[in-house]
Amino acid sequence: MIQMPTLESLNFGVAFPALSLVIGAVLLLVVDVFLPERRKGLVPWLALLGVLVSLAVSMINYNEVGEAFSGMFIADPFTSLVNIIVLISAALSILLAMDYLRRTEMEHRSDYYLLLLFTTSGMLFMGAANDLIVVFVALELLSIPLYVLSGFRRPNLKSEEAALKYFLLGAFASGFLVFGIAMIYGATGTTNLPGVWAGTAAIVESASPSLYLLLLGVGLIVVSLGFKVAAVPFHMWTPDVYEGAPTPVTAFMSVGTKAGSFAALLRILVVGLPTLILTGATSAAWANTLAILAALTMILGNFVALRQMNIKRMLAYSSIAHAGYILMAVAAAGDPAVGNQGVQAALIYLLTYAFTNLGAFAIVIALERNDGTGGQLDDFRGLASQRPVLALLMTFFMLSLTGIPLTAGFIGKWYVFLSAINAGLVLLAVIGAVTSVVAAFYYIRIIVRMYLQEGDANIGTSRLSYTLGAAILVAGLGTLIFGVLPFLVADLTQGVQIVRTIAQIAGGG
Amino acid sequence: MENLAQLVPLVIIAPLIGMLINLFLGKYLGERGVGMVAIGAALIAFVVAVLLLVQQTATGYAPVVVEIPFFSRWIDVPAAALYIGWQFRVDTLSVTMMLVVAGVGSLIHFYATGYMHGDSMYPRFFVYLNMFLVFMMLLVTGNNFLVLFIGWEGVGFCSYILISFWWDRAQKDKQFGTVGWKNSLAGRKAFIVNRVGDFGLLIALFLTFWTFGTLDFYKPGEVPIQSVHEQTRVIEVVRTDETAPAPASPALDEPHPAAMGVFNQAEQMMAEGATVSFGSITMPIQTVLTLIALFMLLGVTGKSAQIPLFVWLPDAMAGPTPVSALIHAATMVTAGVYLIVRSQVFYHYAPFASGVVTLVGAVTALVGGFIALGQWDIKKVLAYSTVSQLGFMVAAAGIGAYTAAMFHLAAHALFKALLFLGSGVVIHAVEHGYHHVQHLKEGEHHAEHGGDAPEDEEEPFDPQDMRNMGGLKASMRRTYWFYLIGALALAGIFPLAGFWSKDEILAEGLMRGFVEGDLVGYIAFGLLFISALLTAFYMGRQVILVFHGQPRTEAARYAGERAYGMRVMVNVLAVLAVGTVVFGFINVASGFWVVDRIIRPHVFADWLQHTVVYAHPANALMGVAILAVAGAVIMILAARSIYLHRPVVEGDKDPLQVNPQTEGLFALANARMFWDEIYDKYIVVPFTRAGHWLADRLDSAFLHDFVHDVLLVKTFNGVARLLGRPVDLGIIDGAVNGLGRLAQAIAGPLGRLQTGYVRVYALSVFIGALLVIVLLLLPLLQVMGGN
Repeated sequence: MIQMPTLESLNFGVAFPALSLVIGAVLLLVVDVFLPERRKGLVPWLALLGVLVSLAVSMINYNEVGEAFSGMFIADPFTSLVNIIVLISAALSILLAMDYLRRTEMEHRSDYYLLLLFTTSGMLFMGAANDLIVVFVALELLSIPLYVLSGFRRPNLKSEEAALKYFLLGAFASGFLVFGIAMIYGATGTTNLPGVWAGTAAIVESASPSLYLLLLGVGLIVVSLGFKVAAVPFHMWTPDVYEGAPTPVTAFMSVGTKAGSFAALLRILVVGLPTLILTGATSAAWANTLAILAALTMILGNFVALRQMNIKRMLAYSSIAHAGYILMAVAAAGDPAVGNQGVQAALIYLLTYAFTNLGAFAIVIALERNDGTGGQLDDFRGLASQRPVLALLMTFFMLSLTGIPLTAGFIGKWYVFLSAINAGLVLLAVIGAVTSVVAAFYYIRIIVRMYLQEGDANIGTSRLSYTLGAAILVAGLGTLIFGVLPFLVADLTQGVQIVRTIAQIAGGG
Repeated sequence: MENLAQLVPLVIIAPLIGMLINLFLGKYLGERGVGMVAIGAALIAFVVAVLLLVQQTATGYAPVVVEIPFFSRWIDVPAAALYIGWQFRVDTLSVTMMLVVAGVGSLIHFYATGYMHGDSMYPRFFVYLNMFLVFMMLLVTGNNFLVLFIGWEGVGFCSYILISFWWDRAQKDKQFGTVGWKNSLAGRKAFIVNRVGDFGLLIALFLTFWTFGTLDFYKPGEVPIQSVHEQTRVIEVVRTDETAPAPASPALDEPHPAAMGVFNQAEQMMAEGATVSFGSITMPIQTVLTLIALFMLLGVTGKSAQIPLFVWLPDAMAGPTPVSALIHAATMVTAGVYLIVRSQVFYHYAPFASGVVTLVGAVTALVGGFIALGQWDIKKVLAYSTVSQLGFMVAAAGIGAYTAAMFHLAAHALFKALLFLGSGVVIHAVEHGYHHVQHLKEGEHHAEHGGDAPEDEEEPFDPQDMRNMGGLKASMRRTYWFYLIGALALAGIFPLAGFWSKDEILAEGLMRGFVEGDLVGYIAFGLLFISALLTAFYMGRQVILVFHGQPRTEAARYAGERAYGMRVMVNVLAVLAVGTVVFGFINVASGFWVVDRIIRPHVFADWLQHTVVYAHPANALMGVAILAVAGAVIMILAARSIYLHRPVVEGDKDPLQVNPQTEGLFALANARMFWDEIYDKYIVVPFTRAGHWLADRLDSAFLHDFVHDVLLVKTFNGVARLLGRPVDLGIIDGAVNGLGRLAQAIAGPLGRLQTGYVRVYALSVFIGALLVIVLLLLPLLQVMGGN
């Protein structure tokens, strides 16, 4: 029977941060059509404004808790923090794109920013999904504009190839997701996450055969979202797409998509399925699988990155490796006692990684030449003597990616490792530590090239544009501030208690 | 009035802002602008310090802890129970130090605008000077040992960059006859020697943290236990907030340790006779306090130039004279004395350590005074005199005369700054005279050539050598009188500041011996008394060599105090001279002849006692006072009779050297008692050798070539190749290996296809999915099988 939702149950206000971005995007769509060609320069600023408004709203409503759209959408500090991570990434990525599009003479193609806003709103809905259907819709809203953006540099063949590959494989992965949702619906009779939670508890208790369905469903969802976050062995598209896509898109994908997909994964697993604990086990059934995926991802990502000679491919593998560290936190969240801590660790890692990685990509963009070359590691030779400030910042970002103290990267790793050890995943933590040492090799290699080797780093831009400079500055400040004042992130994530949220819902219902 | 204390961050912020302005805008501001910014910053700090003085007086001397919002959780490690906030402490001790630092500091800033006039690195100098103020204020205002330590390290760094300020000047060193980068080497020496001391301080801090679980001096609202119950020694925590229930009995209702600062905890643990365990070793608290005090003493010997680490201070005179006056005489080097006075509770309960402190101080005083006898360089004499006077302060702190130590610290800051700045004026004047002479000579030869001094001088002229001076009294009247006041104060002549403070130390030493029957007291008194006599002698010698007699060089003949920039310098001397005359009266010893009936006695002691609870006002010993003054006068007259009418020209020998009876002594003093040579031979050279051996053999040959290159790199490369090449080549370059091989095995012909193809990627996703599902279902099968 179809029920007409009442206005109260829609509860728009709670969803305001996400909605305001969608509304902004739609308005911009209209404005863009009517803007004359020579005024197209206004579009990125309007897009930036929309993102900042949404960011401000997210910050103001940081601690607000509530449900919207008949319980399909939930707002809590978790949602807000995901919003902040995604929106900061989007804002920085708009700044990067302004510089990049101008240099590649695609400035008039302002639909870029529209697509960016839509994919951003997809990410926001991922973080706020309280229902498997919303996860699916949000994932598609996230993915489809990204497919287009990957191929935005047409008629560049590499870019087109990347787009097509990403699209085909993405469609494949979406299929897995729908299939997984179907399984879970079959087992529990609902797609609403609190409902799934209640159903899971009943299934586990009665040991009914539906358990197989449930496990199958979980597996398929992990595959699909694992694809989005580029976990091994679903990562193969990553290097090709990252290399082929326009660099600002790559930068945004490596951070934003990850944030959105991890948010959805955490919501589904920690809110919906934390009690999927088999007899005799202490943590959720999916924790072990994720731990193995995390180990594979960290090992492969880091070792293969060692051999890359192209900075974008290197950062692609490095981003695979970082997904492994975040997966470690997700696996840790499978232990009910460490649930909230694991979730917080994952979010802290995403936040710190967002600033650092966008900063690194911003510098890559600064060095990239207009014809798309200039992305080889050897192009960094002697950068320190020509552009000392850029080299210094790049050093800082590389150190942060390595996880050296006093950088944000260290704080992220610290919390992730802490949660893993608390969840008893000591072996995984050891693998993580060893692979971070490996990672130090290829990050520091860039520093060595910049400072210790002679050469003429050919720089794409003779002068940094203001937008690019601003992006680098913001990223650098973020990396520095979170690195030096770690209590800030601790304060931010203190309210993120999604395990408790479900307990409240269960208690209340 | 309470709120006035909230101003205290300004003492750091003002110099910080001044520093930043000069750092970024210095080159646009010009000399006047830079000077005004720097002076303004120092003056603001001084005004704040004065306001804090008013605040303390008006609120009954209650200590105030000021927190800054953002840094109150500065270090926050719950796992190690390490909580350190950046808190400011406003109490009578810290306000005293602030007044000294900002007061003398401001005057020296004024002076430096004249002294550094025309220097190409003028803005940089004032950036450094303001930076020094920032760190020195950090040191004296911090409410815990860590903030103190940061300031401690910061001033050390400023000292290093300021000693080496003229790093690019190659200079001829008379003593060793080598042309070298003397300034850089001096800076480096200061830095390295101080590292040894700082290591000791660090160990002391670690021990403190281990023992007490905090580094805070006192928690906010906490007052020293012993100041409340001085007589009865009832130990309890006294807190100002009334809501906290007062513990009925300390044994039953013990407060959480972290609720108290280190000093009150030390008191309490001493009262309980507590023990501290370090792993398997357990020590009584008194032993621990002795250890802390001794390690802290090592830090003090570094920073305050005591035996055995004093050797850096004389070399530090290579820096510009304002730096010598501010950092290496008045403020930074007294940080060690401040540290001991601040930690008086530790020293109070560690009599052995205090005895060591006393001996170190007294011997340093004697050695410094003796070496000063044989120096020719006007600043070196003052430098060794500073070493000697710091020895007085440290010895005073060692015998428990904390008031006397602080009193001498403040008085010394005034008159030693006066002497250093006066010597700066003299050096400047002689240098000008020398250039004037050169100019005249140049003019004779070719008049059209400007006033530039010739670059290649055959015979280097040293404007600091007292043999090149003489008779300056005639041309530099004002400077002469101010310098004389400073010198007489240093020699301890009534009624100048140095008399009061030095006499108090001597009296305290003797009292210590008399009253407590303590041998250390007698030794200290004896050594310090001889040092005081030496002081009078070398100052007499200096004044006579510099100002009296006939000019010994052309340069001295043309020296004058009227050159540009010198007026402001001499005016600063005037202010300091007035301070030197009146300052001593703030702490007149009680029972001193008629003076204590005219002026309220020991005002300073009363003021300090609110913070330094173990301090006590001094009683005058008229006998000691008369003896000391008489001795000083005799020594000055002796110096006069020896030096006034004998020819002392460069190259010629000191009258003491000519006399066979004193020849050996003078040679010993002139060679600085061979301290540097001994250090060189027994420490520096073996250390360098060990360093070379470690670098060449252990590091390069063994660690680098063998362990690193052979063991690590080869193994690592092997592993990387093993893991990297199959996987990497398989996926990216086309040969499907590693994970790709798995795909090959399962998918047969598909696997042969080059990757880069989507279908291979999709296959990988598919295999991954199988893997995930198997992994998920595996435990379930086991469970089922088990059933």
